Amino acid sequence: MSLSLLDVKRIAQLASIEVTDAQAEQVLAQLQGVFALIEELQSVDTQGIEPMSHAQDVTLRLREDQVTETDNRERFQAIAPRVDAGLYLVPKVIE
Amino acid sequence: MINWSLRQLASALAHKQVSSVELTQTFLDRAQRYNRELNAFITLDPERTLAEARAADRRIAHGNTQPLTGIPVALKDIFCAQGWLTSCGSKMLHNFVAPYDANVVEKLKQAGAVTLGKTNMDEFAMGSSSESSHYGPVHNAWDLRAVAGGSSGGSAAAVAARLTPAALGTDTGGSIRQPASMSGISGIKPTYGVVSRYGMIAFASSLDQGGPMAKSAEDLALLLNVISGYDARDSTSLDRAAEDYTRDLDQSISGLRVGVPKEFFADGLDADVASAVQAGIAELEKLGCKLVEVTLPQTRLSVPAYYVLAPAEASSNLARYDGVRYGYRAPEYGDLRDMYMKTRAQGFGEEVKRRILIGTYVLSHGYYDAYYLQAQKVRRLIAQDFQSAFERCDLIVGPTAPSVAFDLGAKISDPVQMYLGDIYTIGVSLSGLPGMSIPCGFGQQKRPVGLQIVGNYFQEARMLNVAHQFQQATDWHTQMPAAFS
Repeated sequence: MSLSLLDVKRIAQLASIEVTDAQAEQVLAQLQGVFALIEELQSVDTQGIEPMSHAQDVTLRLREDQVTETDNRERFQAIAPRVDAGLYLVPKVIE
Repeated sequence: MINWSLRQLASALAHKQVSSVELTQTFLDRAQRYNRELNAFITLDPERTLAEARAADRRIAHGNTQPLTGIPVALKDIFCAQGWLTSCGSKMLHNFVAPYDANVVEKLKQAGAVTLGKTNMDEFAMGSSSESSHYGPVHNAWDLRAVAGGSSGGSAAAVAARLTPAALGTDTGGSIRQPASMSGISGIKPTYGVVSRYGMIAFASSLDQGGPMAKSAEDLALLLNVISGYDARDSTSLDRAAEDYTRDLDQSISGLRVGVPKEFFADGLDADVASAVQAGIAELEKLGCKLVEVTLPQTRLSVPAYYVLAPAEASSNLARYDGVRYGYRAPEYGDLRDMYMKTRAQGFGEEVKRRILIGTYVLSHGYYDAYYLQAQKVRRLIAQDFQSAFERCDLIVGPTAPSVAFDLGAKISDPVQMYLGDIYTIGVSLSGLPGMSIPCGFGQQKRPVGLQIVGNYFQEARMLNVAHQFQQATDWHTQMPAAFS
């Protein structure tokens, strides 16, 4: 599989990372090397093998539907880039 | 005093031969003096640290001592510690003062430890050399021209140069073991799920595991006693009875079957590392271990499997950095979308962006089955290899890394070369097994070599036993770089 400049720009959009044309060229060269490495996986016969996501194959626990967190709004908003009246400020979304 | 074990320090503190303030000041002075050369710490805050030391001294005066009361411990900057800058080595979190403590930080505090400072690391733990930090590279304490290893390179360098008695690191694909190896110290990554990930900034959640880095296996065991244990706030934390990891330290290791995987000694292993590791294995044989040749046929595939799975998980985990709730926000932007794009372009470094892009791609429509699911299946094959090997042996030993520490800058422009260096550690990570590295000699240019010890699930006490017995018979772990003595 070969990666194109268009692919790089598309995945950068999906990942919400701005890339200039010059950066995309550079990233493309490096990603091609990495994908050549990853490509080795295609040759492995994994028929009948279950995907593994946890060593002990544990299933995620469910907890009681109860409030466990206390109100930390002030503490958390003290480290936010922009807040006003308890709200996080971002550029206008709805005209 | 700088070479004392944790037991010796605890005893001196309990018998009031030294106060926590004196002890802490000694290490703080060293950390401040040598940080210019090593760049091992991102943050030192002597006032905050000494306040903790004074509080520890008051507890000691009241006879109220816990295992680590008054002993300074450094934290990799990936662990949230309330009131401390917690940057994770990234510009993205250059102003993030953690509003809460990680579970392991809570546990260290309950055990009486004093926070010495926050150590340097690869940005978001993505790297094997601690060069991708926004705060500049860490230098190796044995040779300042070399890398300290990574991603927990700051913790490794700080312990190696005796700027702290011990430190915490994290290991996703080898980030405790490889810097321990390259910096000539001891480090252990426990079984996945033994140490809580709560408050540990996420990289690849199915692999991330915290663990101690110290001068000896005995110190590691004491620290693991403190930081391990079930935590409901980590969904993958394992609910099991507490263990005393020091319980087997003094056991004989005679008769233990030690597996040596032939794939770990194939092409790609440097001769100087091979000979130091072989000598280490011969020492284990002298102590009565029986050597068994084992095979881990999928070793080569662990690298590509890891470099699909870890970036995939990272791309998801790092989606949270959007410049809205905390951390960096681009100074200039148009609409909301533009704010995200610019914030992430400016806030993340090259390696982090590269991994996010790889992860985004392998998870994207049309590629998920071919890459992500296939890598998860290969992951199971790798884990099965280890289980087959453990039918024939009690522990597996081999090199931690294929080379000694390389020169700063030598691999930074070639990510694939850097990734291939993780070959002996990432299979262990993918399998969720415990792994550790202890010093076993020196290679080229007198740079340290590490011996990796891998156990089956929950065999940490056995691994620490072997490491401790090795360290009773050898003195590699007591050596320290002359420039910092």
